[in-house]
Amino acid sequence: MENQKNWMKIAVPVISVILGLLIGAIIMAVSEYDPIKAYGALFQGVFGGSYFLGETVRQMTPLILSGLAVAFAFRTGLFNIGVEGQLLVGWLASVYVGVTVDAPAVIHIPLAILAAGVAGGLWGAVPGFLKARFQVHEVITTIMMNYIALYTTNAIIRAYLLAPGERTEAVAKSASLKSVWLENATDYSTIHYGFIVALIAAAVMWFVLWRTTTGYELRSVGFNQHASQYAGINVSRNIVLSMAISGAFAGIAGSMEGLGTYQYMTINAGFTGVGFDGIAVALLGANSALGVIFGAALFGGLKIGALNMQSIAGVPTEIIGIVIALIIFFVACSYLVHWVVNKVNKGGKI
Amino acid sequence: MEYVIEMRNIRKEFPGIVANDDITLQVKKGEIHALLGENGAGKSTLMNVLFGLYQPEKGEIFVKGKKVENNDPNIANSLGIGMVHQHFMLVDKFTVTENIILGKEPVKGGTVDVKSAAAEVAKLSKQYGLSVNPNARIEDISVGMQQRVEILKTLYRGAEILIFDEPTAVLTPQEIKELIQIMKKLVQEGKSIILITHKLKEIMEVCDRCTVIRRGRSIGTVDVEDTNPDALAAMMVGREVNFKVEKSDSVPKHPVLQMDDVTVVDSRKVSVVDGLSLTVHAGEILGIAGVDGNGQTEMLEVITGLRKATSGKIMLNGKEITNKPPRKVTESGLGHIPEDRHKHGLVLDFSVGENIVLQTYYKKPYSKGGILKFKPIFDKAEKLIEEFDVRTPNVYTPARALSGGNQQKAIIAREVDRSPDFLIAAQPTRGLDVGAIEFIHSKLIQERDNGKAVLLVSFELEEVMNVSDRIAVIYEGKITAIVDPKETTEQELGLLMAGGKKAGVIA
Repeated sequence: MENQKNWMKIAVPVISVILGLLIGAIIMAVSEYDPIKAYGALFQGVFGGSYFLGETVRQMTPLILSGLAVAFAFRTGLFNIGVEGQLLVGWLASVYVGVTVDAPAVIHIPLAILAAGVAGGLWGAVPGFLKARFQVHEVITTIMMNYIALYTTNAIIRAYLLAPGERTEAVAKSASLKSVWLENATDYSTIHYGFIVALIAAAVMWFVLWRTTTGYELRSVGFNQHASQYAGINVSRNIVLSMAISGAFAGIAGSMEGLGTYQYMTINAGFTGVGFDGIAVALLGANSALGVIFGAALFGGLKIGALNMQSIAGVPTEIIGIVIALIIFFVACSYLVHWVVNKVNKGGKI
Repeated sequence: MEYVIEMRNIRKEFPGIVANDDITLQVKKGEIHALLGENGAGKSTLMNVLFGLYQPEKGEIFVKGKKVENNDPNIANSLGIGMVHQHFMLVDKFTVTENIILGKEPVKGGTVDVKSAAAEVAKLSKQYGLSVNPNARIEDISVGMQQRVEILKTLYRGAEILIFDEPTAVLTPQEIKELIQIMKKLVQEGKSIILITHKLKEIMEVCDRCTVIRRGRSIGTVDVEDTNPDALAAMMVGREVNFKVEKSDSVPKHPVLQMDDVTVVDSRKVSVVDGLSLTVHAGEILGIAGVDGNGQTEMLEVITGLRKATSGKIMLNGKEITNKPPRKVTESGLGHIPEDRHKHGLVLDFSVGENIVLQTYYKKPYSKGGILKFKPIFDKAEKLIEEFDVRTPNVYTPARALSGGNQQKAIIAREVDRSPDFLIAAQPTRGLDVGAIEFIHSKLIQERDNGKAVLLVSFELEEVMNVSDRIAVIYEGKITAIVDPKETTEQELGLLMAGGKKAGVIA
């Protein structure tokens, strides 16, 4: 049974992706687009050259981090819907350090990323504290904190950091994650050094959760608060800590945008969506560090490929939005996939 | 001879374990047939096969002489097999009737016809002497009543064969007596019963025949008339079982736990522990006798730091531990086998190994500088499951997958192994079979003989009387009497537990 379980962990997302693409094809066919041509363009738009690879990696980077944020909280029994907000405050914090501090890159970059982590962590710790102290459900508070983050960051930019173009100044060169070398190697894509940060973060999440006493406590509290309390674990402290670590991942995701992709922060009319996509990425990756990387790769790839699909096959990118939604749908109702697999295993006997 | 249920040569495997190996069970119509076996012997698996929840690898099932093919719970239901689960499957906010008709609601004019259903339920209840109020809410009725609702549920669905899965585990002695009457009544009315249990007393009292299984194999079927508890126990465990708890006289030494005038006021402003004073000495087992709900749980919580004392003083090993956090108390020399092993005792989704270090994971050698050291953790777990005979496929198995007895042994292993000066054992043998009970009692006595202080809280009067060196009676949050188990009787204790007075008591 254990072996089957492990196998299902991989089978469920894979089958979900296939089902999602299949139904996407049907929708395209019904809407009079050519699905074969579209998927051909999609495929080419992901694997058809180093440029596309670079773009995919760039797209993946913040998704890995936001996925880690959701997965980390989930492993400790919490739903962090506030990744979006934690990402925004992290983004702003990193840009602020990037713009105002003057230091060599070896100090400046880590400092800016650290600032993003601390900002996101604090932003996440607030709902954690409210839950631990007053039993307010974190789903409610994190959603509210998203809005507070959106409008607060906008207000701060407008009041203190405004540059022409409804945005902040660009960060100093010493704080930038841009890599001329990587850009050249990938046919002038917008790839930056951030993906290294994201991969390190994935390793950190795994390590903290599974190899440290802190992770032991966090998981224990997530599974069974009563037994944790009995064992002398400080339940309240761990809830706050879990949300803070989760928020730190989200904040660092924001710094990827601030120091890497954009080099500045704009006044956002709405949410970036990266935080919410993190929920789907975590779900797709079964809340494991490695799974999150794959989930983010799939998401990033589909989003980048969709652009090519539009320009070559004339299929609107919204179709890929539908496909992604379908994939999430199938993963979420993995019961259905289990059922299908069981039927197939029984030799088609229904 | 035709059997109402016949299971022939059933084999059911799970990865790494054969749960049922060539088991044959034959139940006659109108009999109460006991299925006896230790925790984890394969009783529940066998019944789940019968009920169609599991498909056997080998073997055949006949119901009323007809072979059952491709069994599933719906087929089992339609064949008249009903299961009264140990853990009730009831919706708290619904009434008795609503729960009973759930899934089989009678419809009249597009709405659920609760009224006629309630009448039907009342009729069934009367017929079998269940005295259940069809309109009461589940959350308002006692556990014993809830169980009767489960029985009614199967009867309402036309069950002819009722499977009772350890029905007495959750009941008070009075409720057990009533349940036995109900079972007898059911059989009189033509039903057949399979009783899954490991309580020999009950088998002797109600059953006609008994099939014993051990480690997944049939040991035999006997007429209850021709046997006795000792023989049954030997069949079940595979060796002679000693019912009498063997122990020498205690040699009490210095006081280890001292509670002085401790009061706990709960959220309803009720003094659940009310000026309680108690001393437990090194080298003795102090048993607490009392009716459930007289402050036992709260008393333990306040000692262990899970609940705050409103006033009073608690000393452990001469150090004050009043209102100290649980870890401080534990480190002052407390071991605690908690009352509710699923809620407090284990993190069920953690592996056996991770549970073994639940109290010590932050210490050397299990971690160093905040990093867990898995080799020492799992080595320790290997050693303890061996020493305490915890039956588990391996130390990486989630605790959830273990049977109740083995979960309890794992907890006891963890708590006793730390060699605490003061050991609390709360309901340590609840739901366990005779073999496990014997083992746990001997461990408690061994701790005592090693000069530790043991506080035993149990609703099983027999256990308190057999194992304790002194018995303290708790009533309405106070210790009302302390008696010598050698001189007292069940009657006297029962009276004291009900709030009666004893002449010349020194409390």
